[in-house]
Amino acid sequence: MTSRIPRTIAIILAGSAMAVAGLTMQTLTRNRFVAPDTAGTLDAATLGLVLGAMYVPSAPIYLRMVIAVVFALAGTGLFLLLLQRLQFRDIVVVPLMGLMLGAVFNAASVFLAYREGLLQTLVTWISGDFSGTLRGRYELLYVVAALTILTYWFAERFTIAGIGRDFAVNLGLDHGRTVLIGMGLVASSSAVVVVVVGEIPLLGLVVPNIVTLALGDRLRRVLPVAAVAGAILLLLADIGSRTVRHPYEVPVGVVLGVVGGFAFLAIVLRSRGRVG
Amino acid sequence: MIEVRSLVKRYGDTTVLDCPDLTLDGAGVTALVGANGAGKSTLLTIAGRLLEPTSGTVLVDGHDVTTAPSRELAARVAILRQENNLAVRLTVRELVEFGRFPYSQGRLTDDDHRLVDRALDTLELHEFAARRLDELSGGQRQRAFIAAVVAQDTDHVLLDEPLNNLDLRHAAQSMAMIRRLADEFGKTVVVVLHDINVAAHHADRIVAMRSGRVVADGEPSTVIDEPTMREVFGLDVEVTEHHGRPVVLHFLAS
Repeated sequence: MTSRIPRTIAIILAGSAMAVAGLTMQTLTRNRFVAPDTAGTLDAATLGLVLGAMYVPSAPIYLRMVIAVVFALAGTGLFLLLLQRLQFRDIVVVPLMGLMLGAVFNAASVFLAYREGLLQTLVTWISGDFSGTLRGRYELLYVVAALTILTYWFAERFTIAGIGRDFAVNLGLDHGRTVLIGMGLVASSSAVVVVVVGEIPLLGLVVPNIVTLALGDRLRRVLPVAAVAGAILLLLADIGSRTVRHPYEVPVGVVLGVVGGFAFLAIVLRSRGRVG
Repeated sequence: MIEVRSLVKRYGDTTVLDCPDLTLDGAGVTALVGANGAGKSTLLTIAGRLLEPTSGTVLVDGHDVTTAPSRELAARVAILRQENNLAVRLTVRELVEFGRFPYSQGRLTDDDHRLVDRALDTLELHEFAARRLDELSGGQRQRAFIAAVVAQDTDHVLLDEPLNNLDLRHAAQSMAMIRRLADEFGKTVVVVLHDINVAAHHADRIVAMRSGRVVADGEPSTVIDEPTMREVFGLDVEVTEHHGRPVVLHFLAS
């Protein structure tokens, strides 16, 4: 019981945070394939963790969280900066650029971890895993809950910003600031998730795509649904991760990678005719 | 009232707009016409504070668009351009409701709902209100965006090439609706138009531009003649008349 309740709470908070993060990023970048995984956010947060482990190895977990958040914000900021310079904002080019950026961060992480003998630790960070979720650690996810609620509070503004810069400015909204606030909120919350449970792949891509397909793009309406759906999907993936190789556990990231990968492929194939 | 004051926009060494003085006042439709790159859209987007001028400014009811709070301007001037996210999955009603955002900040009052309904009526969109934008035709979607501007209920409405991508019937309907904004709702409408004959027929006033400067300004019958058309469009055309309004036979130019 000492691990079961924290674990369940952690799964619910992390799953909803990743889905909301993906949904918000997709709205603000006007691109259905942008999420913390494809904008370099998660890789930047992991790089922050590696550097933290190298230079302040005895730091308490909340300090590591702060470092990871700073790196996630910087990485996402770099993504936005590159996006601004991109002449040809093709639906596929944008996430591709984010993946390349993430690959650079990831290469830096692997290089540093290899040199410092942290490779084993890095693997646990990269593959999301709830088996280590215990008291004293999962509580950090309440920060994520607060950030998610804050995102909901801005939902109407984010939807307007997603319709277009001109549309938003015409309605008196500071477009640049709105995008920065939104991306900052979701970069922070996904970085905290990386610190507590590791990278959770594809959830931020798959869940928002399915939910908006059915319910439309008005964030105020779809955000709560995406949050619940993200939590449920992660709970199911967690059950899967514990039964596939019972009595051993497979990292939940691996399970999601497989399930989410197929779901994502289905979405891409379905929407191919519409996004072009 | 919209007052342009020594407005200049440059990109590097290229001056795309140089408009020392221009005043648009009272209810009515003013058409900005000219060739591509004449500076019409630049003038419009600066007046709608979507673009920063290099120097000079535009005053809307005495409020400087380069310095006044954007939220206050949103209750005075509305601008519609063509670069919105057309694949966004919102219903027509949701989009039009966003037109009330400057007043409601997302919490619509009964008054807001009434104005949204009126805008949907004006654009004859009630039967499409629950449909999603990504399922509509280009003309219907265009009308939905115009309805959002109508719901915004500003005294000044700026429209950048609203007839683009519309077929003849929808273009005619849109122009009739733009006329209603001026005649029934008493708005000052400024519209960038490509077709000089549409401007000649529907506008109260034509401002003709070339190379960033205003070269002619006045009622259609005084602005549209053969020498001016040659100056504005660089085209030798014949100008005739239909029900007292000038008609430019541009399609016969050699």
